[in-house]
Amino acid sequence: MTWWAVALGAACGAPCRYLLDAAVSSRFGRRLPWGTLSVNLLGSAAAGVLAGVVVRRPLDDTLVALLGAGFLAAFTTASTFAFEVIALAESGHRRGAALIVLLSVGIGIALAYAGFRLGLVL
Amino acid sequence: MPDRPEQHVAVRPGHPLAALVVGLGGAVGGLARLGVAEVLPHAPGTWAWSTFVANASGCAALAALVVVLAARFPDSHLPRLLLGTGVLGGYTTFSTFSVDVVELLRAGRGAMAGAYIGGSVASMLLATVVGLLLARVVLGVRGPR
Repeated sequence: MTWWAVALGAACGAPCRYLLDAAVSSRFGRRLPWGTLSVNLLGSAAAGVLAGVVVRRPLDDTLVALLGAGFLAAFTTASTFAFEVIALAESGHRRGAALIVLLSVGIGIALAYAGFRLGLVL
Repeated sequence: MPDRPEQHVAVRPGHPLAALVVGLGGAVGGLARLGVAEVLPHAPGTWAWSTFVANASGCAALAALVVVLAARFPDSHLPRLLLGTGVLGGYTTFSTFSVDVVELLRAGRGAMAGAYIGGSVASMLLATVVGLLLARVVLGVRGPR
Protein backbone atom coordinates (compact mmCIF):
# COMPACT_ATOMS: atom_id res chain seq x y z
CA MET A 1 0.00 0.00 0.00
CA THR A 2 1.34 3.41 -0.95
CA TRP A 3 -1.54 5.57 0.33
CA TRP A 4 0.29 6.56 3.51
CA ALA A 5 3.37 7.52 1.47
CA VAL A 6 1.22 9.79 -0.73
CA ALA A 7 -0.41 11.32 2.38
CA LEU A 8 2.94 11.87 4.11
CA GLY A 9 4.55 13.32 0.98
CA ALA A 10 1.60 15.64 0.36
CA ALA A 11 1.61 16.70 4.03
CA CYS A 12 5.18 17.96 3.46
CA GLY A 13 4.77 19.20 -0.14
CA ALA A 14 1.77 21.47 0.48
CA PRO A 15 3.37 23.54 3.30
CA CYS A 16 6.60 23.80 1.28
CA ARG A 17 4.51 25.30 -1.55
CA TYR A 18 2.86 27.68 0.89
CA LEU A 19 6.17 28.86 2.35
CA LEU A 20 7.99 29.21 -0.99
CA ASP A 21 4.99 31.02 -2.53
CA ALA A 22 4.95 33.44 0.41
CA ALA A 23 8.71 34.03 0.19
CA VAL A 24 8.68 34.64 -3.58
CA SER A 25 5.57 36.82 -3.40
CA SER A 26 7.05 39.03 -0.67
CA ARG A 27 10.31 39.33 -2.62
CA PHE A 28 8.93 39.97 -6.12
CA GLY A 29 5.50 41.40 -5.34
CA ARG A 30 1.98 40.23 -6.11
CA ARG A 31 1.28 42.08 -9.35
CA LEU A 32 1.76 38.77 -11.13
CA PRO A 33 1.62 35.38 -9.31
CA TRP A 34 5.37 34.62 -9.42
CA GLY A 35 5.12 32.42 -6.31
CA THR A 36 2.80 29.86 -7.91
CA LEU A 37 4.85 29.99 -11.12
CA SER A 38 8.00 29.22 -9.11
CA VAL A 39 6.60 26.17 -7.33
CA ASN A 40 5.07 24.79 -10.53
CA LEU A 41 8.28 25.18 -12.56
CA LEU A 42 10.51 23.82 -9.78
CA GLY A 43 8.14 20.91 -9.12
CA SER A 44 7.81 20.06 -12.82
CA ALA A 45 11.60 19.94 -13.24
CA ALA A 46 12.00 17.72 -10.17
CA ALA A 47 9.16 15.41 -11.24
CA GLY A 48 10.84 15.07 -14.63
CA VAL A 49 14.13 14.06 -12.96
CA LEU A 50 12.29 11.48 -10.86
CA ALA A 51 10.53 10.05 -13.93
CA GLY A 52 13.88 9.78 -15.74
CA VAL A 53 15.67 8.14 -12.81
CA VAL A 54 12.89 5.56 -12.45
CA VAL A 55 13.33 4.47 -16.11
CA ARG A 56 16.96 3.51 -15.62
CA ARG A 57 16.90 2.10 -12.11
CA PRO A 58 13.60 0.91 -10.66
CA LEU A 59 13.21 2.54 -7.25
CA ASP A 60 11.06 1.27 -4.42
CA ASP A 61 7.37 1.93 -5.25
CA THR A 62 6.74 3.48 -1.86
CA LEU A 63 9.64 5.92 -2.27
CA VAL A 64 8.43 6.95 -5.75
CA ALA A 65 4.90 7.47 -4.39
CA LEU A 66 6.25 9.51 -1.47
CA LEU A 67 8.30 11.81 -3.72
CA GLY A 68 6.15 11.93 -6.88
CA ALA A 69 2.42 11.45 -6.21
CA GLY A 70 2.95 12.73 -2.66
CA PHE A 71 5.47 15.54 -2.25
CA LEU A 72 5.91 16.95 -5.78
CA ALA A 73 2.25 16.62 -6.80
CA ALA A 74 1.14 18.53 -3.69
CA PHE A 75 4.08 20.97 -3.92
CA THR A 76 2.67 22.09 -7.29
CA THR A 77 -0.89 23.24 -7.88
CA ALA A 78 -3.26 23.58 -10.82
CA SER A 79 -6.15 25.11 -8.87
CA THR A 80 -4.26 28.18 -7.61
CA PHE A 81 -2.60 28.59 -11.04
CA ALA A 82 -5.97 28.65 -12.83
CA PHE A 83 -7.59 30.84 -10.18
CA GLU A 84 -4.85 33.45 -10.40
CA VAL A 85 -5.01 33.48 -14.21
CA ILE A 86 -8.78 34.01 -14.21
CA ALA A 87 -8.50 36.64 -11.45
CA LEU A 88 -5.93 38.53 -13.56
CA ALA A 89 -8.16 38.34 -16.64
CA GLU A 90 -11.25 39.46 -14.66
CA SER A 91 -9.41 42.48 -13.30
CA GLY A 92 -8.41 43.52 -16.82
CA HIS A 93 -4.84 42.17 -16.85
CA ARG A 94 -5.38 39.95 -19.87
CA ARG A 95 -1.79 40.13 -21.07
CA GLY A 96 -0.51 39.19 -17.62
CA ALA A 97 -2.94 36.25 -17.56
CA ALA A 98 -1.77 35.05 -20.98
CA LEU A 99 1.87 35.47 -19.94
CA ILE A 100 1.41 33.33 -16.82
CA VAL A 101 -0.32 30.56 -18.84
CA LEU A 102 2.43 30.57 -21.48
CA LEU A 103 5.28 30.61 -18.94
CA SER A 104 3.70 27.95 -16.69
CA VAL A 105 2.84 25.50 -19.45
CA GLY A 106 5.71 26.18 -21.87
CA ILE A 107 8.57 26.33 -19.40
CA GLY A 108 6.94 23.76 -17.08
CA ILE A 109 6.85 21.10 -19.79
CA ALA A 110 10.29 22.07 -21.13
CA LEU A 111 11.78 21.76 -17.63
CA ALA A 112 10.01 18.43 -17.05
CA TYR A 113 11.50 17.16 -20.32
CA ALA A 114 14.98 18.49 -19.50
CA GLY A 115 14.68 16.99 -16.02
CA PHE A 116 13.67 13.67 -17.53
CA ARG A 117 16.73 13.65 -19.80
CA LEU A 118 18.91 14.53 -16.81
CA GLY A 119 17.31 11.77 -14.73
CA LEU A 120 18.16 9.23 -17.43
CA VAL A 121 21.91 9.84 -17.00
CA LEU A 122 21.95 10.23 -13.20
CA MET B 1 -4.57 44.04 -7.68
CA PRO B 2 -6.14 40.73 -8.58
CA ASP B 3 -7.78 38.56 -5.98
CA ARG B 4 -5.80 35.43 -5.24
CA PRO B 5 -6.36 32.56 -2.81
CA GLU B 6 -3.58 33.52 -0.45
CA GLN B 7 -4.13 37.25 -0.61
CA HIS B 8 -6.46 37.51 2.37
CA VAL B 9 -4.42 35.13 4.45
CA ALA B 10 -2.08 36.67 6.98
CA VAL B 11 1.00 35.33 5.22
CA ARG B 12 3.58 34.80 7.88
CA PRO B 13 6.28 32.55 6.50
CA GLY B 14 7.55 30.34 9.27
CA HIS B 15 4.35 30.58 11.31
CA PRO B 16 4.19 26.97 12.54
CA LEU B 17 0.41 26.73 12.85
CA ALA B 18 -0.21 27.92 9.28
CA ALA B 19 2.22 25.37 7.79
CA LEU B 20 0.70 22.63 9.97
CA VAL B 21 -2.83 23.42 8.81
CA VAL B 22 -1.72 23.49 5.15
CA GLY B 23 0.08 20.17 5.65
CA LEU B 24 -3.00 18.53 7.17
CA GLY B 25 -5.12 19.72 4.26
CA GLY B 26 -2.46 18.68 1.76
CA ALA B 27 -2.49 15.10 3.07
CA VAL B 28 -6.27 14.94 2.62
CA GLY B 29 -6.04 16.41 -0.87
CA GLY B 30 -3.25 14.02 -1.88
CA LEU B 31 -5.33 11.05 -0.72
CA ALA B 32 -8.35 12.33 -2.68
CA ARG B 33 -6.16 12.60 -5.81
CA LEU B 34 -4.93 9.04 -5.18
CA GLY B 35 -8.58 7.96 -5.00
CA VAL B 36 -9.24 9.50 -8.41
CA ALA B 37 -6.16 7.69 -9.78
CA GLU B 38 -7.50 4.38 -8.43
CA VAL B 39 -10.84 4.93 -10.18
CA LEU B 40 -9.26 6.16 -13.45
CA PRO B 41 -6.01 4.23 -13.94
CA HIS B 42 -3.87 4.82 -17.04
CA ALA B 43 -0.68 3.30 -18.46
CA PRO B 44 2.33 5.66 -18.85
CA GLY B 45 2.28 7.28 -22.29
CA THR B 46 -1.52 7.30 -22.52
CA TRP B 47 -4.08 10.05 -21.79
CA ALA B 48 -4.02 10.64 -18.02
CA TRP B 49 -7.70 11.05 -17.18
CA SER B 50 -6.94 10.94 -13.45
CA THR B 51 -4.77 14.09 -13.60
CA PHE B 52 -7.20 15.74 -16.02
CA VAL B 53 -10.28 15.08 -13.84
CA ALA B 54 -8.59 15.90 -10.51
CA ASN B 55 -7.26 19.21 -11.84
CA ALA B 56 -10.52 20.33 -13.48
CA SER B 57 -12.66 19.41 -10.46
CA GLY B 58 -10.16 20.97 -8.06
CA CYS B 59 -10.11 24.21 -10.07
CA ALA B 60 -13.92 24.49 -9.97
CA ALA B 61 -13.93 23.72 -6.24
CA LEU B 62 -11.24 26.31 -5.38
CA ALA B 63 -13.00 29.05 -7.37
CA ALA B 64 -16.32 28.30 -5.61
CA LEU B 65 -14.56 28.10 -2.23
CA VAL B 66 -12.93 31.52 -2.64
CA VAL B 67 -16.31 33.12 -3.46
CA VAL B 68 -18.07 31.37 -0.54
CA LEU B 69 -15.37 32.26 1.98
CA ALA B 70 -15.15 35.88 0.82
CA ALA B 71 -18.94 36.22 1.13
CA ARG B 72 -19.58 34.27 4.32
CA PHE B 73 -16.31 34.21 6.30
CA PRO B 74 -14.39 37.30 5.15
CA ASP B 75 -12.36 37.58 8.37
CA SER B 76 -11.49 33.92 8.83
CA HIS B 77 -8.09 32.80 7.48
CA LEU B 78 -8.18 29.22 8.69
CA PRO B 79 -10.69 27.72 6.19
CA ARG B 80 -8.81 29.18 3.24
CA LEU B 81 -5.50 27.79 4.48
CA LEU B 82 -6.95 24.37 5.30
CA LEU B 83 -9.33 23.88 2.36
CA GLY B 84 -7.84 26.11 -0.36
CA THR B 85 -4.06 26.08 0.04
CA GLY B 86 -4.07 22.69 1.76
CA VAL B 87 -6.77 20.33 0.49
CA LEU B 88 -7.37 21.72 -3.02
CA GLY B 89 -3.75 22.77 -3.53
CA GLY B 90 -2.70 19.23 -2.61
CA TYR B 91 -5.51 17.63 -4.63
CA THR B 92 -4.57 19.39 -7.86
CA THR B 93 -1.10 19.09 -9.38
CA PHE B 94 1.00 20.76 -12.04
CA SER B 95 4.07 18.51 -11.90
CA THR B 96 2.09 15.36 -12.73
CA PHE B 97 0.50 17.19 -15.67
CA SER B 98 3.97 18.15 -16.98
CA VAL B 99 5.29 14.60 -16.61
CA ASP B 100 2.12 13.20 -18.26
CA VAL B 101 3.03 15.31 -21.32
CA VAL B 102 6.66 14.07 -21.27
CA GLU B 103 5.41 10.46 -21.10
CA LEU B 104 3.10 11.04 -24.10
CA LEU B 105 6.00 12.55 -26.09
CA ARG B 106 8.23 9.60 -25.12
CA ALA B 107 5.57 7.23 -26.41
CA GLY B 108 5.66 9.08 -29.75
CA ARG B 109 2.13 10.47 -29.30
CA GLY B 110 2.90 14.09 -30.23
CA ALA B 111 -0.62 14.94 -31.40
CA MET B 112 -2.15 13.49 -28.27
CA ALA B 113 0.38 15.43 -26.16
CA GLY B 114 -0.74 18.64 -27.86
CA ALA B 115 -4.40 17.80 -27.29
CA TYR B 116 -3.67 16.88 -23.66
CA ILE B 117 -1.92 20.22 -23.06
CA GLY B 118 -4.66 22.25 -24.71
CA GLY B 119 -7.47 20.23 -23.16
CA SER B 120 -5.96 20.34 -19.68
CA VAL B 121 -5.33 24.09 -19.68
CA ALA B 122 -8.75 24.83 -21.21
CA SER B 123 -10.53 22.59 -18.70
CA MET B 124 -8.68 24.16 -15.73
CA LEU B 125 -9.54 27.70 -16.81
CA LEU B 126 -13.11 26.85 -17.83
CA ALA B 127 -13.73 24.95 -14.58
CA THR B 128 -12.48 27.98 -12.63
CA VAL B 129 -14.87 30.30 -14.49
CA VAL B 130 -17.77 27.86 -13.95
CA GLY B 131 -16.93 27.56 -10.24
CA LEU B 132 -16.77 31.34 -9.84
CA LEU B 133 -20.02 32.02 -11.74
CA LEU B 134 -21.98 29.20 -10.07
CA ALA B 135 -20.94 30.29 -6.58
CA ARG B 136 -21.73 33.95 -7.35
CA VAL B 137 -25.18 33.05 -8.72
CA VAL B 138 -26.00 30.76 -5.79
CA LEU B 139 -24.86 33.30 -3.18
CA GLY B 140 -26.15 36.31 -5.11
CA VAL B 141 -22.81 38.15 -5.01
CA ARG B 142 -21.22 40.14 -7.82
CA GLY B 143 -17.84 39.69 -9.47
CA PRO B 144 -15.08 42.31 -9.49
CA ARG B 145 -16.57 44.17 -12.48
